[in-house]
Amino acid sequence: MATPIVELRGVTKSFGPVDVLKGVDFTAEAGRVTALVGDNGAGKSTLIKGLAGVQPYDGGEVLFEGDAVSLHHPRDAAHLGIEVVYQDLALCDNLDIVQNMFLGREELAVGTFDEGRMEAEAARALQTLSVKTVKSLRQKVASLSGGQRQTVAIARSVVKQAKVVILDEPTAALGVAQTAQVLDLVRRLADSGVAVVIISHNLQDVFAVADDISVLYLGTMTARIEAKRTNPNDVVGYITGTKRMTEVQA
Amino acid sequence: MSADIESGGPAIEVANDAPSLLGKGGHGGVRDAVTAYLRRVRGGDMGPLPAVGGLVVLVIIFASANPLFLTERNIANLFTQAAPLVTLGMALVFVLLLGEIDLSAGVTFGVAMGVFVKLTQPGGMSWPLALLLALGIGVAVGTFIGFFVAKIGVPSFVVSLGLFLGLQGVMLVIIGAGGTYRLIPSQIRAIQNQNLPPWAGWVMLVAVLGILLAVAVIDRTRRAASGAPNPPLSIMYAKLGVIAVLGAAVVFYLNQNRGTAARELAGVPIVVPIVLLILMVGTFVLDRTRFGRYIYAIGGNTEAARRAGVNVTAVKWSAFVVCSVLSVVAGIFTVSKVGSADAAMGREIVLSGVAAAVVGGVSLFGGRGRLVYAVIGATVIAVITNGMGLLKFSAGANLAVTGGVLVLAATVDALARKRSGATGV
Repeated sequence: MATPIVELRGVTKSFGPVDVLKGVDFTAEAGRVTALVGDNGAGKSTLIKGLAGVQPYDGGEVLFEGDAVSLHHPRDAAHLGIEVVYQDLALCDNLDIVQNMFLGREELAVGTFDEGRMEAEAARALQTLSVKTVKSLRQKVASLSGGQRQTVAIARSVVKQAKVVILDEPTAALGVAQTAQVLDLVRRLADSGVAVVIISHNLQDVFAVADDISVLYLGTMTARIEAKRTNPNDVVGYITGTKRMTEVQA
Repeated sequence: MSADIESGGPAIEVANDAPSLLGKGGHGGVRDAVTAYLRRVRGGDMGPLPAVGGLVVLVIIFASANPLFLTERNIANLFTQAAPLVTLGMALVFVLLLGEIDLSAGVTFGVAMGVFVKLTQPGGMSWPLALLLALGIGVAVGTFIGFFVAKIGVPSFVVSLGLFLGLQGVMLVIIGAGGTYRLIPSQIRAIQNQNLPPWAGWVMLVAVLGILLAVAVIDRTRRAASGAPNPPLSIMYAKLGVIAVLGAAVVFYLNQNRGTAARELAGVPIVVPIVLLILMVGTFVLDRTRFGRYIYAIGGNTEAARRAGVNVTAVKWSAFVVCSVLSVVAGIFTVSKVGSADAAMGREIVLSGVAAAVVGGVSLFGGRGRLVYAVIGATVIAVITNGMGLLKFSAGANLAVTGGVLVLAATVDALARKRSGATGV
């Protein structure tokens, strides 16, 4: 098996007396969708915040493409190419699609915006993801549907040439058709060589898109398994703690 | 919207300033550009459209009610009357876009001009030095407000209201109750009371058109170089054509003799090119630099801006400094027009400044608006004041009408916001 892009070894994190992560191992591989599931309070958010550099881990090792790295600031994560697409999307309604996709990393030429270049790159990113649902790149985000907004948020990570994209509940607020579209998009994102981590409570979505499933239960990784080698019933068992998997990786 | 359902179809609809690259893409026609604009307007993104309509109606009403309204002298007067309000409105746009407000903008320029006028009394400081000091007061006040709002997190309404009261006290100390100082430096008096020679008015117009054309051409070349499609050329020519015709009409009109046969008075008031310069530089900053883009981003969604790596504190802080400094410039125009400074200077104008921006289409909720909107809005308010004055209405009636227009504009803003929210679903 190839070297994972991101590998966590025995990471720990406590808030005061509460141990939220008790030595968690986790990997995300290029071209694969890894679902991170677990009940509320299992430590999913804490694990992600550590990867995003928002809340550094207390202990353990983070390997990026095989090298030990430190993630102590969102900048560290961005520098490595780790992008988080948050649940509440974090788009600016009053800006258009291109402006949102390049927010914080605008292309400049002679000190001013190179709008043409940004627009062309945005179009390329959306084409990579085979997005055909957006009428104009200069549409304000306010006029987009939930699925389209999610699309823009995901495409932003493509523009940034992210190597690891973490999606926090990307389908939570979407209808059936839009959910299918977004899951499609997640698949294509992975197919383009990105390591995708998807957090979801919806096991139907997880099984529809994920290659690997990692289950957190009360701060420990209770299962890591290929999606096609398990089934929703077992995964529910892992999530609720009634089932436990000792065998790690196939 | 059914946009996502009808996927697969070619993306033909095109925004007027940038066609889509998706689907068939390519160059949008004029009709596409017009339909896209109409769609935006229907969606609630009306911009300054209501204000422009209102302006036309007002001009027609006042012109038919009083023949003096459209005389060369009154039009020139309108420009100099409007200049302080236009500038103050533009100053406030920088903080309104953040969803903030600066109620102390007026008294800030009051204090700065009080200091300036007092320091430049005969035997005092040289005027350029005093002017720098006055602008420095703007920087100081903006830094003060910015610190409390951006760093500490106190609502700007409260901080600037506190300053509004506090700075009036400072004014009383500097100028003294009931005191008035005459403005001495002739260079500052000239801004609102002297005119460009007629040829210079034309040079100004050509320069403005030349800059706009150059920017548009550079944009198109750059876009073409990156493979991004350009909007139709005809749209660009149409925009420039409208500006050229309107500008030429104004310059021509202002170049007519509005004095007497014996004592000729003609030309574009000196304040006009200064205001134009502020408008163009400010628009450039807001549209084409990171600072400007981040102001819009913060006004739209502060948290999103923060997560995208925007230094929210620094941008907010700087915006308040820009606002206060531009307010001082508005003060320079005021003191130049009035010819003196007293302890009440700038106390009343700030709300008109906010009104100007809102009437022009700048959203009080942040994130939406442009500098030129404030210019249009300020012109509406200046026309109301001027026209009602000519018709011998009382100051009371004038205030009531201006207030009514403001409420109307704010209502339009709120409705537009609701509507644009609704079309998103």
